[in-house]
Amino acid sequence: MARMKFICDTERCIECNGCVTACKNEHEVPWGVNRRRVVTLNDGVPGERSISVACMHCSDAPCMAVCPVNCFYKTDEGVVLHDKDVCIGCGYCSYACPFGAPQFPSQGTFGVRGKMDKCTFCAGGPEANGSQAEFEKYGRNRLAEGKLPACAEMCSTKALLAGDGDVVADIFRNRVLKRNKGAEVWGWGTAYGSRSQAREGGKS
Amino acid sequence: MKRLHIWLGLGLAMALSACGEKARTVGADAAPYTGPSGSMSTFSAPGWKAGDKTSWEQGMKVRAQYGQNDHAR
Repeated sequence: MARMKFICDTERCIECNGCVTACKNEHEVPWGVNRRRVVTLNDGVPGERSISVACMHCSDAPCMAVCPVNCFYKTDEGVVLHDKDVCIGCGYCSYACPFGAPQFPSQGTFGVRGKMDKCTFCAGGPEANGSQAEFEKYGRNRLAEGKLPACAEMCSTKALLAGDGDVVADIFRNRVLKRNKGAEVWGWGTAYGSRSQAREGGKS
Repeated sequence: MKRLHIWLGLGLAMALSACGEKARTVGADAAPYTGPSGSMSTFSAPGWKAGDKTSWEQGMKVRAQYGQNDHAR
């Protein structure tokens, strides 16, 4: 059973926004809605890093947990999708999501707020695969066409990886080893610092 | 008398207007999406059989490796 995931390799991301453009073009996403965006940390400072962010299709998705009308569902491939016919545009999912994935178009059924729109991992929605209705509400269903998400397939440096979690994790791990690095490049210690690092920082 | 008939007619029309309303039901949506059903579009990737899960998974794996893993090329 595949578990579809995204990984962004920050060592490779060059902030070209090709993934954002590919997504907007593929799904004809309206003005003001960004299913995917590139975030740059320490912009302009040596060592700046960029990361492409969208819905991460969480295994235990908080948006699913808080939705009052239960419009979210998970496919067999582990893709978190939602039914726009059920969504009431309340915005709870946007508060719950740690990645800011849910977007609310300014035009649409509920006026200013609109029904929620987010990355579908190019897997469409509950309508028939490849149908016009599906395209109009959710965009293209590339997964049903045997393809991976457009953002990852379009990424010029292959910084953004998409696919089965095991496969993409393997590709990323292999890259890290080729860079002569090990487990120190990811995980809790890298993100938040280890205790010894904190102690050293306190001394200086 | 004529005025009374007009008022009666208007009242009857207002009273019966609700009879034309359609019943509203909850849960009339289509069944939720349960994964690719095997429908094949003109955009489908060449070489995989629609509806064949093993073929799809294999195709995805190959696509991920050849498309994204430049160390394996």
